[in-house]
Amino acid sequence: MATKLLFFHGSPGASVKIILTKTEFDPWAEIKTFQTNSPHIRGKHGATATFVGTMRDFNEGDTVTMMTLEYYPGMTEKHLEKIVAEAEKQWNFLDCLVVHRVGDILPNDPIVLVSVWSSHRGAAFDACRFIMEQLKSKAPFWKKEHTENSVRWVAKNSSGYEGAK
Amino acid sequence: MSIHVRFFASLREQLGVREQCLEAEGIETVEDVWKRVNPKLSLPEHVLTAVNMDYADVNSLVKDGDEVAFFPRVTGG
Repeated sequence: MATKLLFFHGSPGASVKIILTKTEFDPWAEIKTFQTNSPHIRGKHGATATFVGTMRDFNEGDTVTMMTLEYYPGMTEKHLEKIVAEAEKQWNFLDCLVVHRVGDILPNDPIVLVSVWSSHRGAAFDACRFIMEQLKSKAPFWKKEHTENSVRWVAKNSSGYEGAK
Repeated sequence: MSIHVRFFASLREQLGVREQCLEAEGIETVEDVWKRVNPKLSLPEHVLTAVNMDYADVNSLVKDGDEVAFFPRVTGG
């Protein structure tokens, strides 16, 4: 696998970009680069919604020192593209960027970035949330945690709506 | 031609098998694929399946040349 893989989704006018990367990435630099290279959204986007998922150094009461993210080459990319395409059917947004780490990850490293650009905030917020929740429940990635005393697979993701009052 | 079977994550480690090629004769469904590879173990309920990289279920049809995958619940993001 290349250090960084790019997948372009063919929506008209948009340059939707999906990246799987084995190396640490800076989400804010990725956003800046994407915007710089996307003249079609200049002056058109009134809203940008961004989600960044970052590795914690704790889980289920244990200190986590490292995580290994496995994926299913081919199916993972295919399903990320499918998720973005589903979002495009539901919301009218201008463009989208998805970056996801694979391989070995350390605490405080960004794991995932989802950014959506749209004319008004509603589409950007909703599509960003949809893509993130679908990614968590459908895209074939698996986390293996390395704690101080053991190595274990994460059994399931928590609900994205936990913590709401 | 044959059926290419793949296992991922904790399931791969539990079974000790990463991938396997099966003769397609006698195999009609995803469940048949599982039984051929794991004759003494029924397919656990939480295990997800895919045929040619699309989600499937135990009754999904499988043909010669297909790729069938088994894996646990996904935990990305």
